[in-house]
Amino acid sequence: MSEPPRVVQEDIERIFREEYGRAVSVLTRAVGDIDTAEEAVQTAFASAVERWPVAGMPPSPIAWIITAARNWAIDRFRRESTRDERHAEAMMRFEHDEPDDEDTLIRDDQLRMIFTCCHPALAEDVRVALTLRLLGGLTTAEIARAFFVPEPTMSQRLVRAKGKIRDARIPFELPSDEDIGRRMSGVLAVVYLIFNEGYSASGGAELVRDDLCREAIRLGRLLAALVPDEPEVLGLLALMLLIDARRDARTTNDGTLIPLHEQDRARWKHERIDEGQSIVRECLRRNRPGPYQLQAAINAVHSDATTAEDTDWTQILALYDLQMDIAPTPIVELNRAVVVAEIDGPATALAIVDRLGLADYRVYHAIRADLLRRLGQTEDAATAYRLAIALVGNDGERAYLDERLRSLSSRA
Amino acid sequence: MKMYLLSVYQPDGPIPAPDVLSKIMKDVDAVNRDMKTANNWVFTAGLHAPSTATVIRSKNGQAAMTDGPFVEGKEHLGGFTVIRAPDLDVALKWGQRLAEATTLPIEVRPLQGEGD
Repeated sequence: MSEPPRVVQEDIERIFREEYGRAVSVLTRAVGDIDTAEEAVQTAFASAVERWPVAGMPPSPIAWIITAARNWAIDRFRRESTRDERHAEAMMRFEHDEPDDEDTLIRDDQLRMIFTCCHPALAEDVRVALTLRLLGGLTTAEIARAFFVPEPTMSQRLVRAKGKIRDARIPFELPSDEDIGRRMSGVLAVVYLIFNEGYSASGGAELVRDDLCREAIRLGRLLAALVPDEPEVLGLLALMLLIDARRDARTTNDGTLIPLHEQDRARWKHERIDEGQSIVRECLRRNRPGPYQLQAAINAVHSDATTAEDTDWTQILALYDLQMDIAPTPIVELNRAVVVAEIDGPATALAIVDRLGLADYRVYHAIRADLLRRLGQTEDAATAYRLAIALVGNDGERAYLDERLRSLSSRA
Repeated sequence: MKMYLLSVYQPDGPIPAPDVLSKIMKDVDAVNRDMKTANNWVFTAGLHAPSTATVIRSKNGQAAMTDGPFVEGKEHLGGFTVIRAPDLDVALKWGQRLAEATTLPIEVRPLQGEGD
């Protein structure tokens, strides 16, 4: 007999990170309760830590974990079923639960979990936290760090959320056909929020936090695998890949932000760009455009240009116009104005920007500042930079804006 | 099945004009009828104005009464419906119907007990 493969602590940690969400999703359907499911899966991982280094890695670690977690839950229900009807019901489910196609079932369970975590009856920050915990397998401490809240606060938020899911009986089900579109866009919003928080942290010293970006892309891939027919799901994945490709080029060594047109394009990750662009092409073929697909397409056009001067602004403007047709928002109009500045000049763009009531949005002031600078209105540009700086949360973006403000006064 | 309380919150102040009110009452009746048909309806009540309320406290076996509602605010509980539903999604669907009919915000809240 050959030696069992060596198992080290890191392997188990990696498997925990990768498979925790899947295992909890499956167990939640089986036991009907997230808390019990988590306890079962955590217990299973705890015995894996003891067993695997001795007996070797099982051929399918996820199957091993799910079986161990089920057995633990069955034992518990046996003990408790005499006094609790609900546990007796769960017991019944277990005994009749002999799936023919384990993989399909696991996929559906994960999708159920995504819709439960992103249920509209839960507050947005709660949806994000639950998704990272129950699908991403991030620890409470990691989520707390990511959102700059003390660990007990995050822990309480998660406990309260799971309490609401249980007591208000938020269903662990796929939404009805009638609701699925709206519910799916809620899910995509949560994933994109996680990505954006990772890519442009709202506070703190690091501009980019790789863990959140990686997690959001992983969730995006998961969704794309679960619902391959929904082009907006692919659009979001492509968008994240194309933006993430520029990660290394996006900051200087000291963490200062570098805007798109000043980035060293050789430092872009071309594998990611290729993948993102091929997904965009796949989306376009389906001809059911949506906001994420259009944003992805815009980023794909940027990625095509070998230098900033080569950017096909006309094509980008057409994509923004399309987005204004199907899903107009002031933010889209603001970003469209940046493109207008490249084609018709900063004065036309400024006229558009000044109509938008976005005084609470730092990017609005940064864009205005840049347009005013280009028009030679140095005083007004300086005021706008200061407004942007007052609203910025993270150090990298602040450093960039500070530098712009300084260069402004040295020119004047 | 689980029970949910759907509470209607209405702003303090004058009630809507008769024709507006009668349309609202008709719409609410229709929702109640649909709840009954769907076997989700348990109980419905509309409440008199908060000014008709009395709060009573028991202290050393003695009743102390105050005239008026327990909580003073800009809104008050105007009425409520209790429904029986398999899960929150079904309860929220009825909550939405009721919000449309009453033109007011509806709080959906699970009852303890049954189905817990």
